[in-house]
Amino acid sequence: MTPLFDLAVIGSGVVGCAVFRESVLAGLDTLMIERAPDLLAGASKANSAILHTGFDSKPGSLEQRLIRAGHREYLAIHERLGLPLLKTGATLVAWNDQDLAQLDGIDAAARQNGVSLHRLDAEGVRRREPSLAPTACGGLVVDEESLIDPWSAPLAYAQQAVVNGGVFLRNSPVASGTYEDGAWTLRLEDRGEGEKTVRARVVVNCAGLQGDIVEAIARSSPFTIKPRKGQFIVYDKSAYGLISSVILPVPSPVTKGIVATRTVFGNLLVGPTAEPQDDRDVAALGRPQLESLKAAGERLLPSLARHDITATYAGLRPATEFSDYQIEALPDRGWITVGGIRSTGLSSALGIARHVRGLYEESFGRCRPLADPLWPRVPNLTEEFPRPGFQPDRDDIICHCESVTRAEIRAALSDSPLPAGCIGGLRRRTRCMMGRCQGFYCTRRVVELAAPYLPELATLGPGGAA
Amino acid sequence: MNHDVIIIGGGPAGLSAARHLLASGVRDVVVIERNPECGGLPRFCLHRGWGALDFGRLWRGPRYARALVEAAAGATFLTNCAVTALEPDGVVRVNTPGGPRTLRARAVLLATGIREMPRSARLIGGTRPWGVMNTGAFQEMVRFQTLPFRAPVIIGSELVAFSALETARHAGLRPVALLEENSSLSVPAIVGAAARLRYQVPVRTGCRLVEICGQDRVEAIIVEDNGARRRLRCDSIVLSGRFVPETALVDGRTILRDLDGTRGPVIDNFYRCTDPRIFAAGNVLRGVEHSGYVAHEGRSAAAAILRALRDDLPPSRPAIAVEGRNLRYVYPQRIVPSDGKTMLFGRSARGAGGDLVARDASGRELARRSVGRFAWPRLTLEIPTPDVETCDALILEREHSGQ
Ligand SMILES: Cc1cc2nc3c(=O)[nH]c(=O)nc-3n(C[C@H](O)[C@H](O)[C@H](O)COP(=O)(O)OP(=O)(O)OC[C@H]3O[C@@H](n4cnc5c(N)ncnc54)[C@H](O)[C@@H]3O)c2cc1C
Ligand SMILES: Cc1cc2nc3c(=O)[nH]c(=O)nc-3n(C[C@H](O)[C@H](O)[C@H](O)COP(=O)(O)OP(=O)(O)OC[C@H]3O[C@@H](n4cnc5c(N)ncnc54)[C@H](O)[C@@H]3O)c2cc1C
Repeated sequence: MTPLFDLAVIGSGVVGCAVFRESVLAGLDTLMIERAPDLLAGASKANSAILHTGFDSKPGSLEQRLIRAGHREYLAIHERLGLPLLKTGATLVAWNDQDLAQLDGIDAAARQNGVSLHRLDAEGVRRREPSLAPTACGGLVVDEESLIDPWSAPLAYAQQAVVNGGVFLRNSPVASGTYEDGAWTLRLEDRGEGEKTVRARVVVNCAGLQGDIVEAIARSSPFTIKPRKGQFIVYDKSAYGLISSVILPVPSPVTKGIVATRTVFGNLLVGPTAEPQDDRDVAALGRPQLESLKAAGERLLPSLARHDITATYAGLRPATEFSDYQIEALPDRGWITVGGIRSTGLSSALGIARHVRGLYEESFGRCRPLADPLWPRVPNLTEEFPRPGFQPDRDDIICHCESVTRAEIRAALSDSPLPAGCIGGLRRRTRCMMGRCQGFYCTRRVVELAAPYLPELATLGPGGAA
Repeated sequence: MNHDVIIIGGGPAGLSAARHLLASGVRDVVVIERNPECGGLPRFCLHRGWGALDFGRLWRGPRYARALVEAAAGATFLTNCAVTALEPDGVVRVNTPGGPRTLRARAVLLATGIREMPRSARLIGGTRPWGVMNTGAFQEMVRFQTLPFRAPVIIGSELVAFSALETARHAGLRPVALLEENSSLSVPAIVGAAARLRYQVPVRTGCRLVEICGQDRVEAIIVEDNGARRRLRCDSIVLSGRFVPETALVDGRTILRDLDGTRGPVIDNFYRCTDPRIFAAGNVLRGVEHSGYVAHEGRSAAAAILRALRDDLPPSRPAIAVEGRNLRYVYPQRIVPSDGKTMLFGRSARGAGGDLVARDASGRELARRSVGRFAWPRLTLEIPTPDVETCDALILEREHSGQ
């Protein structure tokens, strides 16, 4: 008989990772099931990396409450996990009279959300952000908006779960399930090794972009995922100093609009676009959108035109027909739904996890919190703290643009509670190939180091013999 | 400790400068190289032709790299050391295997080379699978036999694209095509024709890569082939050319960068940057030149450094600003008064005939010459070095015939 877990989480996006951690720390026997070779295969691999305050969320919404809770919890635990926090604050900028007219309303809503803003006139905006286009005519300052590392955070959550006894199953798409005698039997897609099943008393659906498909295992899904793509341009480190805070536009009802922000890695980021699409798996870049994004960035910050582009990427928001999160427990089905965490999940994940724990306790029973859990730290990837590449007796540097050493790459591949499962995972864990040369100088050496662990990098692909 | 000269970058430019400085009697030359070995880009280029101008040989790249290192024997080589910042007064911050260190020298030569523009800056659409790389990475993987691809498509038609074809042949690969988005090749048409014959590879102009397909690996590309969209199967993409100087150290604080022109450091007619102790040579100055030319530049910069060490260089201020018209860039970007002549270098925004003219701000012509129809994109014009008293700005203009 396969072991019976107290709880199984489906999906290791940032939300699933936070739920996984909370559940393990709550003393539950927990299993994480991820279909991909590594965590962060869906929405969570590409976002703006802002730890929001929720100042602009709908007052009284679940989303607003959980962003606040998630933000607070992040502040409380980030140091113990080795996670960065760059308190840049944000400047919401009005570019015309229409924008200006909306500032009072935004300010009032923020106050209802428990976030106090302060007002800037045109001169105040100029003084705070002198590189902005001179047409900026006023704005609001949000002090607590901050920047974090969007990949190390979920990794740290999942890693803490694993070292405290959680089980992480990769390459395991959940295909179907049955609920009998108070337990779920989940069938994992057959990948040529015969059918596998896992069992758990309670299942939490954190499948993000596949949320409604996975939901159909338990019931006809009350929501439909409507993916919304966001494309980004990352500028060279030379552009980092152009702004000091997150530059937000006055939001429209559908999107937060195009933002310019620093990253904790020392770059400057412009994006995202908001493009509805049907495909849930592929976030393709588009030249026309990138061109208009570039133009939009240069309208905000005219001198951006003189800086090099380091990277372009795109992510998909798991939006639904509803504006709020879709979180609910089904007490008689052993199921908790966590769906539609569309554009604020990085900020709210820890809050969602707390909320899910509450739902679990209400519907399924008491937890037995671990008395003295381990707090494994993730490697630091930011320039805020010392990096291994600058320490005495450092190993050889393999990636020069980001000063990544051989030892860091080796550790991410093998010597870690959750080693990298694909080249993207290796890049996210170490920043190799993510700098200004994008692999011009380091690809070969990275491949040599990685091939023993990720053989597909060094062998011909399926279509390779064409 | 104060060294005579610190050279940053152990490629053809830096090593040729070291060779010349040592031969001229400078004792204390330090070459700082971030890789485990010196030699620069040639280390990974297996085709022949290296060393023709500076060693009178036609070596493969790795042999040439070795010869450059041997010729610079006597220098102190700090390999595995990356320079992280340049500061005034010859201060150089270095990340060594033993931790960060600060070195100082009477003169510093920046010779950090170039790389090719990545996929991102080209704003190419589509997915981001494994198998999209620059020629540099492609050649290095072939050199070390770690290349897991069979059927690359080569993008671009600068010389380096043809070097990629040669590399592919060496590795026994059959490139799917070589695609140039402009209506003509960046090299003379004869090179394209020869490549078609030699490599049996379709060479297409007016054909632009718009989208990359494939989730984990490259499976195909979508191109706009003279207006029509087509899908082309391939398992990898080599993005060649569109060179970018490696200017991480040229951050606008200690020395200025020519952001609207070369995108390399601003230099004067003595290869001197805007800080008078810092010099620059080689491909860090601008988009690509071949190794022989770069080696020659290394020697010229070394000659200027020798004069600086003897306090024999004209002061770096005041200087005349040089501006280009109808040119992608021009350098030196500043001219300091001195005896003799000054060579101006430019690169054309478009090809074909016409004249290259230097004028001062008042419009007075200082020099003119006609440019051949098949001129190499590099344009040069020698002028009598102007005097700051009578000339406060200099304009190098490409006059197209029939204009
Ligand atoms: C452009 C953009 C910008 C954003 N900016 C920010 C920001 O600045 N701040 C912020 O807080 N938030 C931001 N977000 C939102 C945030 O990224 C999302 O809310 C969050 O990533 C949602 O995570 P998730 O865990 O719910 O889903 P996902 O990340 O999609 O995770 C779902 C996981 O489930 C797995 N899975 C799916 N089906 C199965 C199955 N059958 N079996 C096993 N596993 C399965 C998937 O492989 C995936 O790993 C942004 C989002 C986008 C797209
Ligand atoms: C893909 C490719 C193919 C080419 N093929 C040819 C060819 O076939 N024939 C030809 O003649 N030319 C070729 N070239 C041109 C080539 O740039 C020159 O031949 C020559 O290598 C330029 O010499 P360099 O010294 O300026 O730069 P490089 O050879 O690039 O040397 C620069 C050195 O500086 C080091 N460096 C950089 N930054 C730092 C730092 N911060 N600290 C310490 N060290 C640093 C680098 O590691 C490198 O070793 C090619 C170029 C490319 C990109």
